[in-house]
Amino acid sequence: MATNDALTATEHIHHEAVQQQRGVMVTKTEDFGTDLTTLNLGPTHPATHGIFQNILQMDGEKIISGVPTIGYIHRAFEKIAERRPFYQITPLTDRMNYCSSPINNMGWHMTVEKLLGVEVPKRAQYMRVIMMELARIADHLICNGILGVDTGAFSGFLYLFEEREKIYEIYEEVCGSRLTTNMGRVGGMERDFSEVALAKLRKWMKEFPAVMKEFQNLFDRNRIFMDRTINVGPITAERALNYGFTGPNLRAAGVDYDVRVMNPYSSYEDFEFEIPIGTNGDTYDRYLVRNEEIWQSYRIIEQALAKLPDGPYHADAPHYYLPPKQEVYRNMEALIYHFKIIMGEIDAPVGEVYHSVEGGNGELGFYLISDGGRTPYRLHFRRPCYIYYQAYPEMVVGSTLSDAIITLSSMNVIAGELDA
Amino acid sequence: MNDLNTSPAAQAKAADYVKAHAAISNEQLLERLHSLFGADTFADVEEPYGLLTATVSRNRIHEILDVLHGEKELLLNFLTTMCGVHWPDNEGKELSVVYQLHSMVHNIRLRLKIFFPIADPVVPTMTDIYATANWMEREAYDFYGIIFTGHPNLIRILNVEDMDYHPMRKEYPLEDGTREDKTDLFFGR
Repeated sequence: MATNDALTATEHIHHEAVQQQRGVMVTKTEDFGTDLTTLNLGPTHPATHGIFQNILQMDGEKIISGVPTIGYIHRAFEKIAERRPFYQITPLTDRMNYCSSPINNMGWHMTVEKLLGVEVPKRAQYMRVIMMELARIADHLICNGILGVDTGAFSGFLYLFEEREKIYEIYEEVCGSRLTTNMGRVGGMERDFSEVALAKLRKWMKEFPAVMKEFQNLFDRNRIFMDRTINVGPITAERALNYGFTGPNLRAAGVDYDVRVMNPYSSYEDFEFEIPIGTNGDTYDRYLVRNEEIWQSYRIIEQALAKLPDGPYHADAPHYYLPPKQEVYRNMEALIYHFKIIMGEIDAPVGEVYHSVEGGNGELGFYLISDGGRTPYRLHFRRPCYIYYQAYPEMVVGSTLSDAIITLSSMNVIAGELDA
Repeated sequence: MNDLNTSPAAQAKAADYVKAHAAISNEQLLERLHSLFGADTFADVEEPYGLLTATVSRNRIHEILDVLHGEKELLLNFLTTMCGVHWPDNEGKELSVVYQLHSMVHNIRLRLKIFFPIADPVVPTMTDIYATANWMEREAYDFYGIIFTGHPNLIRILNVEDMDYHPMRKEYPLEDGTREDKTDLFFGR
């Protein structure tokens, strides 16, 4: 641990802010010749959209330093995963980035499939792509909608929330749940798209563009919105890479890194789409990149729906994929497999796998070490939020409090993913 | 075709660009690593599921990551993730830190591991190379008790500060061992 002597001036203030918050020390202000205010932003604050705390040192309205404290909803997923059979880990992934649970679920299934060497049929891959892209749209809709709210424009948020609700209704038709979806299984999807699900999806595809355009008309060239977001919370590409940024936040800084293109999974190579990038890495660029990604995701869904192949919706992997429930009552093999899978009696091969998917916020990675048992020996989640949120103090120092709020909002820090 | 770039200089430049950004195979990567750091630096070289993995000594890890960060050919300058692992049966090498690097230009990944005894869990920090290592190392400290020397602020990050143990170590069972209501006579859990 660093001692007081080793701290730089800024770190000294950080340190004192923490000490002061613990009631240990009173802030010294000689260095600045003015009285600094310590502001405790969070942990529960309407503007933070989740439970995280920032202790800010303020000179008037200007932020001198910030110390984030995280872990308020830490649930020890990595530890819990070490005792659970693979299929029981899917619900844990739901609760990481809960704005786009299907992406987390599919990412986890693909990791296990990679370990087991299971080949998923094309139809299931396309179905997964559709659900993942819907999830990405839902994720970005929330982020941009709430960014509007934080800049004082409530109406856009309401338009978009209606669309998110429709996406959740599609989830409901596909897997039965809405927010924490637990969608799909190791080896494919748990059921085919129903007629209702496809009808709802097609209807949504027809209606969504008009709403999205309306939203963009409200915000994209809105003078007030632009004044509030341009050059707010910028980060250079170099710093962003050094901080391990991925996803829309990195692309807003001008780096066209996208896991879907660089390491295609689940047949992403079959689809044509573009990676939007920004230039300044500021709040406005992040907003624009997310909007454009929504359109690109829409394009992918369109193509996937048009090309949706026929065939099975899951792999032929009886050791890992639960048999249909009716069969369990009638067929002995099905009963045995059902029992073995549910009781976690099937051992996985020994191996070490890293698989990553493009999550709503960036590269969502699963590093899995299997020692050949029924549970992972070690499972580490590379959670994009956790990694890029540490740049937050650097991004807001020198700006005003209201700018700090919208910077946080545009980074789309999801507490569940941050704390895991 | 774009006929604006037909001059020999432009063609050569384009060829250089393609060469510089071409995909690198694991063999080429390993060869380059050997020429940079010496072949005996890398032990247990494997390619599980296509990802080049090697074990290096803890004394050299900082130097290796530092050189790779500034190296212009491989451009392995993105620290994707880093985590601790506990191997209680691995005598003298109970703890491990796994670093995973990524070259976005060549689209190649490299996983480097270091092992060290649990009695001496001291590792040099990477925060001077990667800003992102800061919280990753705090996480490894929090959960495995790995001390990163030179880290600017090595305190717990996700757990409460007054916790007096490192919960991801294998000796801490997930569930309370004194509970009897979960005992299962048939399956033993």
